[in-house]
Amino acid sequence: MDYILNLLSSLTQEALAPTTAAFALAAIGLNVHFGLTGLINMGQAAFLLLGAYGFAISITNGLPFVVAILVALAVAIVFAIILGIPTLRLRGDYLAIVTISGAEIIRMVGRSSLLTTTTGGSNGIAGSAYRDPFNAISPLPDGTTTILWFSYSNNGVNGWWIRIAAWGLVALFTLVLFLLMRSPWGRVVKAIREDEDAVRSLGKNVYSYKMQALVFGGALGALAGVIYVLPSSVQPDAMGRSMTFFIWTALILGGAATVFGPVLGAVLFFVVRLFIRTLAGDFIPDSIMSAQQAEQFSYVLVGVALMLLIVFRPQGLLGNKKELTFSV
Amino acid sequence: MGSITPPGSALLRGLRRGAPGRSRLVLAAVLFLAFLATFAVDWAVSPSAQGATSSPSASSSPSGDASSSPSGDADGSPASTQPCTVSATNGCIQGTILDSDREPAAGVDVDVTGPNGFAQTATTADTGRWSVSVETAGQYTVSVDQDTLPTGQYLTNAADAERTVNASLNANAGQIFQLSDQEGATTSDNTSSVTPARAWQQFASGIRLGLLIALASVGLSLIYGTTGLSSFSHGEQVTLGGLLAYVFANQLGWNIWLTGIVVTLLCAATGYLQDAAIWRPLRRRRISLTQLMIVTIGLSIAAQYAFQYFFGASTVRIQQGNPETVTFAGLTLTVQSYVAMAIALLVLVGTGLFLAKTRFGRATRAVSDNPALAAASGIDVDRVIRFVWTLAAGLAGLSGVMLGLVLNGVNWQTGLQLLLLMFASVTLGGLGTAYGALAGSMIIGIVVELTNLVLPGDFKYATALVILILILLFRPQGIFGRAERIG
Repeated sequence: MDYILNLLSSLTQEALAPTTAAFALAAIGLNVHFGLTGLINMGQAAFLLLGAYGFAISITNGLPFVVAILVALAVAIVFAIILGIPTLRLRGDYLAIVTISGAEIIRMVGRSSLLTTTTGGSNGIAGSAYRDPFNAISPLPDGTTTILWFSYSNNGVNGWWIRIAAWGLVALFTLVLFLLMRSPWGRVVKAIREDEDAVRSLGKNVYSYKMQALVFGGALGALAGVIYVLPSSVQPDAMGRSMTFFIWTALILGGAATVFGPVLGAVLFFVVRLFIRTLAGDFIPDSIMSAQQAEQFSYVLVGVALMLLIVFRPQGLLGNKKELTFSV
Repeated sequence: MGSITPPGSALLRGLRRGAPGRSRLVLAAVLFLAFLATFAVDWAVSPSAQGATSSPSASSSPSGDASSSPSGDADGSPASTQPCTVSATNGCIQGTILDSDREPAAGVDVDVTGPNGFAQTATTADTGRWSVSVETAGQYTVSVDQDTLPTGQYLTNAADAERTVNASLNANAGQIFQLSDQEGATTSDNTSSVTPARAWQQFASGIRLGLLIALASVGLSLIYGTTGLSSFSHGEQVTLGGLLAYVFANQLGWNIWLTGIVVTLLCAATGYLQDAAIWRPLRRRRISLTQLMIVTIGLSIAAQYAFQYFFGASTVRIQQGNPETVTFAGLTLTVQSYVAMAIALLVLVGTGLFLAKTRFGRATRAVSDNPALAAASGIDVDRVIRFVWTLAAGLAGLSGVMLGLVLNGVNWQTGLQLLLLMFASVTLGGLGTAYGALAGSMIIGIVVELTNLVLPGDFKYATALVILILILLFRPQGIFGRAERIG
C-alpha cells in the first residue's frame, strides 16, 4: 500500500513539475502551428533553445528581467520570420525540412567552441548565472510550504514560485488559445488548414496569416524555453530534435486543435514515462534491463505510441475526428 | 540500344534526359552562390575567430574530418579527482591532455600566468586532467611545458603552445591541447591558412562525403517520388547499416567484404518488411501524407532509442586497429575511403543505369512521374513501391557501413546527422528526382567539407542550411525539379 502511495505521490509531483508546464506551453505553441494552421514545425525545440539563450545571456550581461524576457521573445520571432519567408509559400513538408534543419543549426552553433564565452559551448550556461532576478520578483515570503504531499521551498531553485509562474502562464495561454479559436483570426487560420486555396480565393492573405501563426507559436515556445531552463540550466544538447519530437507526441496524444489537449498531453507524457520507468526499475532485474535501459525503453514506447496514435486515433484523446482531417 | 556503351556516358545521357538545357546553367549559378555564401559567412565570423583562443577538436584523423563528437570526451563529466571546483569567489582554468592514442598523459606541466603576478604550474594527474584555481577574473596565459610531455609525444600545432584564456569567477574555462606522435604536426582545424593543398584535400573529402550522402539520398528521393512521403526515419536506416556492420565485423569477427554484403542485404530486407508491415497497410487505409510523415518520425524515435538500448550512446568502431592511409596525387585518405568511394560510384552508376535502361527502372520512373497514369497503363504500382523501399533501405544500409568505416566510428545518431544533409541534397537537386539527388549530394558534400577550410567543424552543417534556404528562396523546385511539384 505504501508503495502505491509513494508511486502516486511521485507521479503527481512529476505532473506538476515546472518542466511539465514548459512542455505544455511549448505544445500550446505547436498547437497554434499545427492544430490551428496546419504548419508542420519540426523545430519547436529551437524556439525553446533560442528563448533560453536570449533570456540567460541577457541576464548575465546585466539587463533587467523584463528586458531579458523581451529579448527572448524577439530572438524567437526573428527566427520564425527567417524560417517562414522562404517556406510558407511552398508545400508543407518544406517547412518541416527547413525547421528541423534550422533547429539543428541553432543547437550546433550554440554549442560551438567558437561561442564559448557567450553560450558556454557544449557545457551550456549554469542556472545560477541567470536565476536570481526571477526569484527576486517573487511575492512569496521565504520558507517552505507543504500542501498535501507537495513540499517545496517558496523561492528556492525548484520551488513554489516557479511552479506558480509556470502554470499561471500555461493557464493564461490556454485561455488565449480558447479565445483565439473562436475569433475571426482563428476561423481564418483553421480554414487555411483545411483548404488554403479556398481561403485565398476569398481574398485573404494566406501567407501573412501563416506567418502570424508561426511567429505567435514560436514566441510561446520561447517563453516555454525560459520556464524550462529556470529550475535547471541551459543545455543545448538537451534541447534538440528529441525534444521537438516529444512536444509533438504530447500534442498528438492530448489532441491537436483542442484547447486542453496540449496540457493534458504534456502531463500524460511525463507521468506515463515516469510510471514505466519506476515499474521497470522496481520489478525488472537489472540484468535484464538497467535503469538507463528502462529510460530508453520508455522512449522507444513513446515512438511506438506516436505511430499508433497518429494512425488509429489522429485526433488524440480530446479531439474531434471531424475537426482534424489531415487534408495535406 | 544494341551497342554496349560505357557506363559513364549512359549516366550522363540520363542526366541530360532528366533535365532541360538550362539546368546546367542553374547548377553553375547555385555552386557559385554557395561558395559566395561560404565566404560571406567566413568574413562575418572571422573577427571573433581571431579572438577565440582555440578551436578544440578531438579529431586527429589525417583526413581532417572533425565531424563526430568534437571535444566530447575532453570537457565532459567532471572527474571526481578534480581538485579545483568553482565557487562564487574563484574560477577554474582546466583541461585534459590525451596522447596520440587518446590515453591520458600524466605528469605534463602546464604553466598559467595572469594578472597581479599570478603564476602557477599545474601537473596532469593520472586521468590526464589539470586545473588551476584563480581568484581574479581576467586574461591568463596558459602554456604547456613541452619538455614534460611523454617520450615520443609532441604537441600538435606547436606554434599554438601558449594561449590566452579569459577566466571568470564561478565558471570553468577549458583549454584543450592535442598531442601527436609526429613532431610538428598540425590539425586542419587551424583556420588561419587556406592552402591549395588543404583545399584539394578537403575537396576530396567532399567528394567522398558527397558519394556517401548520394547513396542514401537517392533512396530518400525515390521514396518521395513514388509515394510523396518525406521519410524522417531514413537516417536510422543508415545508422542500422553501420551498427549491424559493427556486430558482424567487430563482435563476430567476420570478413569486412562479407559483412558489407550481408548487412546491405539485411537492410534491404528491413525495407521490404517495413513496406509490407507498415507502409502498404497505411496506403490501403488512405492515411494522409502528413500522418505518414509523423509515423516516420515515431519510427525514427523508436529506432534511435532502440539503438541506444542495445549499443549504448558511445561510438563503436567497425574495424579494430588504426586505418592505414595512402597518399595519392597529393591526397592522404584511408584505404577504406578509396574503396568506399569506388564502391559508391559503382553502385550509383549501377542504380542510374537500372533506372534509365531496364523495364522495371522505367516503370519506377513512370510511377514517380504520375502514379495514377502509371497504374492505368498497367504498371503494378504497389510492386514498384515495395521495390523502391527495398532498394532505398539497402542503399542506406550500404552507405551506413561505408560511413562507419570512413569516419572510423558509428553511433546511434550517425544517420540522424546525415539526414539533415540528405534533405538539403534532395531539395537542392529537386525532391523526387533520383538524378537530382545525386547532383545535390555531390554539391552539398563538397561545400560542407570545403566549409571546414574557413570555419570550425561545428559550422559545416550551417552551410548546408544556408544553401537550403537560398534554394527555397530562388528555385524551390531544385535543380532538376519541375515547378508544379511544389504546389
